[in-house]
Amino acid sequence: MSEEIKKFKVTIDGQTTEVEPGTTILNAARQIGGKSVPPAMCYYSKLENSGGRCRTCLVEVSKGSEADPRPMPKLVASCRTTVMDGMEVKNLTSEKTQEARKAVTEFLLLNHPLDCPICDQAGECHLQDLGYEHGLQQTRTDFERNTFDADDLGPNIKLNMNRCILCARCVLVANQLTNKREHGILFRGEHAEISTYLNKALDNDFIGNVIDVCPVGALTDRTARFASRVWFTKPVDATCTCSKCSGKAVLWMKGDEIVRVTARKDQYGEVEEFICNECRFEKKDVKHWNIEGPRHISRHSVISLNHYQKPEEMVVKALENETAKEISAEDEQHNA
Amino acid sequence: MSKKLLLKNAHIEGIRNFDTYREHGGYQSVEKALKMTPDQIVEEVKTSGLRGRGGAGFPTGMKWSFLAKPEGVPRYLVVNADESEPGTFKDRYLMEHIPHLLIEGMIIASYALGSNTSYIYIRGEYAWIPDILEQAIDEAKKAGFLGKNILGSGFDLEIYVQRGAGAYICGEETALLESLEGKRGNPRLKPPFPAVKGLWQSPTVVNNVETIAAVVPIIDITGAEYAKIGLGRSTGTKLISACGNINKPGVYEIDMTITVEEFIYSDEYCGGIPNGKKLKACIPGGSSVPIVPANLLLKTAAGEPRYMNYESLSDGGFATGTMMGSGGFIVLDEDQCVVKHTMTLAHFYNHESCGQCTPCREGTGWMYKILKKIESGQGEMKDIDLLWDIQRKIEGNTICPLGDAAAWPVAAAICHFRDEFEWHINNPECLTRNYGIAHYADPLPVVEKQ
Repeated sequence: MSEEIKKFKVTIDGQTTEVEPGTTILNAARQIGGKSVPPAMCYYSKLENSGGRCRTCLVEVSKGSEADPRPMPKLVASCRTTVMDGMEVKNLTSEKTQEARKAVTEFLLLNHPLDCPICDQAGECHLQDLGYEHGLQQTRTDFERNTFDADDLGPNIKLNMNRCILCARCVLVANQLTNKREHGILFRGEHAEISTYLNKALDNDFIGNVIDVCPVGALTDRTARFASRVWFTKPVDATCTCSKCSGKAVLWMKGDEIVRVTARKDQYGEVEEFICNECRFEKKDVKHWNIEGPRHISRHSVISLNHYQKPEEMVVKALENETAKEISAEDEQHNA
Repeated sequence: MSKKLLLKNAHIEGIRNFDTYREHGGYQSVEKALKMTPDQIVEEVKTSGLRGRGGAGFPTGMKWSFLAKPEGVPRYLVVNADESEPGTFKDRYLMEHIPHLLIEGMIIASYALGSNTSYIYIRGEYAWIPDILEQAIDEAKKAGFLGKNILGSGFDLEIYVQRGAGAYICGEETALLESLEGKRGNPRLKPPFPAVKGLWQSPTVVNNVETIAAVVPIIDITGAEYAKIGLGRSTGTKLISACGNINKPGVYEIDMTITVEEFIYSDEYCGGIPNGKKLKACIPGGSSVPIVPANLLLKTAAGEPRYMNYESLSDGGFATGTMMGSGGFIVLDEDQCVVKHTMTLAHFYNHESCGQCTPCREGTGWMYKILKKIESGQGEMKDIDLLWDIQRKIEGNTICPLGDAAAWPVAAAICHFRDEFEWHINNPECLTRNYGIAHYADPLPVVEKQ
């Protein structure tokens, strides 16, 4: 007869749940759900040893445990701190936590270009969401941001190091999913950058997953870059017969055309099952896939706006403006 | 006159060699220790009240007692010789002049901890010292103090010297272990602590060079006698590496009962400040501890004399006190510009940040850029408040203490020398460098802009 494991009681923002020993605060919060779940830019439950780096998930432990009720002296990374029985955690209700998160957001955006209008990740970017919720209205720095040239990491992946926040998820993917590690972090501090080994390309069977795990637009799919804004495409669940992976994917379609293929992600933006390069980059024809049906997208997501239409009235109203008419005429002349 | 325990034989010619060291009582503590049980040695170290000499000042005996002892799993002692804190060079002196003291301490500590393989992780820039240590290890091995069945006790020990590549972060214990394992020197998240999962996932104790060397006199004179030296919880002696604007820079062994004033001005130690200049400020524990102005350095906020020990130096918290740290005593005379010094330190921490966590990676660089802007006369008043805000957001929010080490000097400099920062913003030239005016000339003179 198996022994029953005693569960730990943990309270997050006043909501109590019971979790198995060894569960992290973040995963306990995910069990509760809702707004008490701290954001995480570097943690990825599907990858071993992820988390602890970005510091967005810092929380205040106001009571260590039932046995030792002292509060923890510093904010802790909820993604790597395991719960104790009777632990009390403050996330939304902690001023210190909210202040630290605001600070981390500001630090993350310090060298990150605000190029959402041209970034392929816009609408799917975790940093964009974090900035929206915790960011300042304007930057407090007047120094030049770090700039890098865009880099092709092999035939299918493009690296825009400008946008990288060094979460190291892609490095963990390369270590844990592929059979040959050929990239990592070079240099240190703010000069640190993701790069391949000299003259090496990322072409392992599962390396395409680095694109899916990247929380920002640093790693993009060269077969789908700039093909369409995400909110103009329609995501559908589809499967294929594949000998390397489960073949479960999401097809991002524009009409009958497959613009992009990604793995399926859960509500926290984490891949449910990693897919192989062949499914991701090569199967761009509908005949390869069995379409299951439209993918459920939260109505709060920008992706659910894919039926966007410009109201006719507004167009008319804009054109009635004399200055707008002049500009429009000039523009047409110029383009001609 | 301070009591000498570590450097008592440092002046003897040839003390670096085994035979001379042995003639002067060397390795007697090993002989004594091997007749004791490991637990007795740990108790002796606990009784001595020895605190880690690397900077944090955590009780060594307690740290040793935390070491997990699972069956069939090796345990390790790692000596942290990655002495990279600006202003700190005491371990270098110890290893260079009396290497056998460290080896002797390591044998005792390894026996107490049950480690059969121990390592010295040494800073890459100390290029000539590994050879000295390796020679000392060879000599000790030939004499039967290392290797198999040391002095017939049944205890085996091998010591290896590992050179670092010269990264400051590798002085942080978990980053050191990563580097020792052959990986990039990034700090690990704690828990698990090294005492549970350290080197190659085995229980490990990481101690500073001076800490391990201090075990030798503790076993020699007993922990109780060692505890009688010093003041309060600052027991025993401490090596101080003094530098900056003093007449006699160097490494001194003090017994922590002397005052800061005595240390700076007496001929036995620093010998005062050159050219009769006035003392402006001091960073008493290596560059990462808060800078204190002269008035708060010599006396506490309550007007009591400040002593050279852990408690007295930290009296008053960071508002009016500082820290003992690693004992890197940096003295600044009245001609020194605090803004420039702070900028130099900020540059150092920016350069040495490993880049793993966001506040340290981005914040240290931002602080440096602002300080550079202020120092070059391009600053604005709001930059001071911004600097203050940035350091506050780095402190306590990073994986390892490097973030704190970068934040504290900036915080203390603004706290105590805000007027100098304002001067740099309002005036095109440096106050101290160009006018030779001490900080304590209050109110500051007004120099019209050109």
